Amino acid sequence: MELTILLFLLGGLFLGWSLGANDAANVFGTAVGTRMVNFRTAAIICSIFVILGAVISGAGTTETLGKLGAINALPGAFACCVAAGFSVYLMTKSGLPVSTTQAIVGAIIGWNIFTGSSIDFGVLTTIFATWIICPILAGLISIGIYIGLKKFIAASKIHLLRLDAYTRAALLLAGAFGAYSLGANNIANVMGVFVNISPFTDINVSNFFIITSVQQLFLIGGLAIAVGVFTYSKKVMFTVGNDLLKLSPLSAFVIVLSHSIVLFLFASQGISSFLTSLNLPAIPLVPVSSSQAIVGGVIGIGFLKGGKEVKWSVAGKISIGWVVLPIITMIIAMFILYILTYMFNLNVVF
Amino acid sequence: MFGLKTSKISLFSDTKKLEKDIDEFVNILSEVGLAFKSIVRTYLTHSKNGNFDEMVEKVTEMESKADTITKEIEHALYEETLIPDARSDVLRLLEHLDELIGMYQGNCYHFSIQKPDFPEEFHEDLIGLTETVVSCVESLCLTVRSFFRDTKSVRDNAHKVTYFEKESDIKFSSLARRIFNSDLKLDQKMHLRYFVEKIDRICDQAEDIADELIIYSIKRSV
Repeated sequence: MELTILLFLLGGLFLGWSLGANDAANVFGTAVGTRMVNFRTAAIICSIFVILGAVISGAGTTETLGKLGAINALPGAFACCVAAGFSVYLMTKSGLPVSTTQAIVGAIIGWNIFTGSSIDFGVLTTIFATWIICPILAGLISIGIYIGLKKFIAASKIHLLRLDAYTRAALLLAGAFGAYSLGANNIANVMGVFVNISPFTDINVSNFFIITSVQQLFLIGGLAIAVGVFTYSKKVMFTVGNDLLKLSPLSAFVIVLSHSIVLFLFASQGISSFLTSLNLPAIPLVPVSSSQAIVGGVIGIGFLKGGKEVKWSVAGKISIGWVVLPIITMIIAMFILYILTYMFNLNVVF
Repeated sequence: MFGLKTSKISLFSDTKKLEKDIDEFVNILSEVGLAFKSIVRTYLTHSKNGNFDEMVEKVTEMESKADTITKEIEHALYEETLIPDARSDVLRLLEHLDELIGMYQGNCYHFSIQKPDFPEEFHEDLIGLTETVVSCVESLCLTVRSFFRDTKSVRDNAHKVTYFEKESDIKFSSLARRIFNSDLKLDQKMHLRYFVEKIDRICDQAEDIADELIIYSIKRSV
């Protein structure tokens, strides 16, 4: 592999690190914030399952993102990743749970504008629509699960301590599922722009199975996410777990589960094909925002409890972050593309 | 990976042990009450009987066992960071229940050391008061158990505690009035009043704990 290719890939790895630091924090944020799972355990499980999700099921959303802007030159992909990674880093630094999804979409639009490529407004509308649907859906799912779970617990009369142990185990399982879904849904943000220009070749492992070039790309992206989880996600975990609403361990579990379900729904090619086979409208395979899913879940539980305990100022701050992030990323991306084109004489589009 | 698996297994076994410890602790509270009831009756009827001292000694042993269990539970809850949202409530609850056991034990000791001279005319009333106090604490034991397993029943059981506390207040006032209206010397009246009041206080403490439990259960339900 050429050194320049590796250098450009670093942009994607930087974005992967940002995703680990911010989005992955959402998955275990409520569990760590409520002190039900310690950070180290959360980080280990999160890393393993993000990588598995990315490598095994990451292809679906990548296709959709590719439709939005088929970035066909490594410097262009590099610019988009660095812009997205940098803006997510800025938000992470201020403890705001934003999403690499919003950032990378902003960056791709920036690339489209800069290079004069056409924007597929159909895809863009679908992506924007899912950003609205995603938190609402997560909120509704969390309300449904919470009500059902409360009834079940009241009827089963489980001892407080046993309930605590079950909740811990459930949080770990839901977190693992969430991390897998995040890897599957969001790896497109990190490595999607490199798919068309992957520097890897397929590896045949003893004629047993083939690790495709895309899977290799997703594997190193997954590893970058894992590094982000370990090095920088703690602060966001506590914001998600404590600042927005004082959560009980049970609520924490419900929120992680509803978040994971939403992410899985928008990443599962299987469910989408199944719905199509039943002549039902297919779920668009779109990289949704894990932050929006988590915040939607938290606010859903808050509503169920009367809405008084939700810190709306924090919710407002997070929402503003969601609107501002794609715009900032778009501007930063265009700025980097400008520098690469006119100062380094690199082709950002073919 | 294996480390995580082992810690999960240990979490479930620790939980089972803790559940058992808490149940045992509540059993001790209940048994100490029953023992106290027998001790008062034995004292009044056969105060010179050696059986009384043995019973007091048994209560002391139970109290010390309860102390040990409390410490074990406290350590386990902190070391394993269990029930983070309800931990402080549970620890405060155990502390207050332990104080209740201490109050029973204190009463037994005072009977054993000070040997108050209750004339026979007050025996029935004192036994009645003691029985009400023990029933009050029995209801508290049910409230505690329901807090851990069935929060919906906490209010019902706590209501019984309040009922017995009021009964106890009535019996205490009536007995105290009868003592002070009697022909006993003032120093003896004061001495007897001290004992009656100390027994009645057990109910006050039980009611305070029941009130706390209602709050804790509301916290758990939201």
